[in-house]
Amino acid sequence: MTPSQTAGPFLAIGVAWMEAERLVDPAAPGAVRIHGRVLDGAGQPVPDAVIEIWQADAVGRFPPEAPWSGFGRSLTDAAGRFRFVTVRPAALPSPEGPEAPHIDVSIFARGLLQRLVTRIYFPDEVAANGADPVLRSIADGAARRSLVAVAEADGSLRFDVHLQGPEETAFFAY
Amino acid sequence: METLRSPWPVLDPPYDEPSYRSTALRAPKRPLILLPHHLTERHGPVLGQGGVGAADADLTRQHAGEPIGQRIVVAGRVLGSDGRPVAGQLVEIWQANAAGRYAHSVDRHPAPLDPNFTGVGRCVTGADGSYRFVTILPGAYPWANHDKAWRPAHIHFSLFGRAFTERLVTQMYFPGDPLQPHDPILQAVREPAARQRLIAAYDIGLTEGEWALGYRWDIKIGGHLGTPTEEWVP
Repeated sequence: MTPSQTAGPFLAIGVAWMEAERLVDPAAPGAVRIHGRVLDGAGQPVPDAVIEIWQADAVGRFPPEAPWSGFGRSLTDAAGRFRFVTVRPAALPSPEGPEAPHIDVSIFARGLLQRLVTRIYFPDEVAANGADPVLRSIADGAARRSLVAVAEADGSLRFDVHLQGPEETAFFAY
Repeated sequence: METLRSPWPVLDPPYDEPSYRSTALRAPKRPLILLPHHLTERHGPVLGQGGVGAADADLTRQHAGEPIGQRIVVAGRVLGSDGRPVAGQLVEIWQANAAGRYAHSVDRHPAPLDPNFTGVGRCVTGADGSYRFVTILPGAYPWANHDKAWRPAHIHFSLFGRAFTERLVTQMYFPGDPLQPHDPILQAVREPAARQRLIAAYDIGLTEGEWALGYRWDIKIGGHLGTPTEEWVP
């Protein structure tokens, strides 16, 4: 197979043309705002990362059946922030039991020789998250909790990505 | 950390690579968790349809004049781990100009910008997985990683496979570049045969007389955990 290499410090010039932070109109029924920061091991913002999301639609369809791309791309700003407007995907069947609503995430940046892969889960899906086979496979409680977004007072969801440190986000091998 | 990937030879570079200084504060320290390939991982976006035109694949014709540099054709096929073509999928590239300077505000290398070169292209693969770009040979450029650090000439590639697990961002290098043995990013790929897969081949068939030199680079994506569809052949 062709190995991975870092996206480097200048990836923005290559990928900004397809920035896609609004998968749905913010005024659409069921629109969910998800935002967060990417932070390095010193707690400093990562201003040169690209975050991509990929998910089923609200009834569990993927393209070409789904009437949307299911794909989002956000470039972090100087404070390491990214943001999306999307919908909550449906729970999905799996051979290991139903998967709670989740969004797959890729992170690309200088200093990452491969992309990082993680998942966003929804904080109000307590029962579904408790039964989710991927979350259940994670023994460490802090690592498990790092995959669940935080509900903000304004109705949005916050999902911070800690590349290292005591709050290091759980990342996946795939 | 790599041990979870062990059903396959570890071909990708590690996250934690001390010789590449930017990994120090960015490489995760905890073991990776195995992500099974369920519905979300087995599907992938279909991008670039309608949004990519023929002009996007010719980086020498995006401005009023022609860029300075050695004109080249870079072409090949994108194949999945099963050897089948990855058809109708987006390929994005970006690169430095002939002087080794990126058209990016963060690039402070005191080499000239080229008003006729942005260094950004994209195309959608054909039914046989083929792609083709016309561009100019990128220059080497210095970086602050270590004393006398210069990156070998390379083009960044971003590929979308047929599934989330096949997404790949990597770099293509040129044959015979003496900087390659000194580059910690390329050398982070430990297996020599895997490293060789990142280096394009001069191709006389792609070369156009009195116009452009041709380089062929075939890309194989996927083959991570859960998709052991072939024996690994370097």
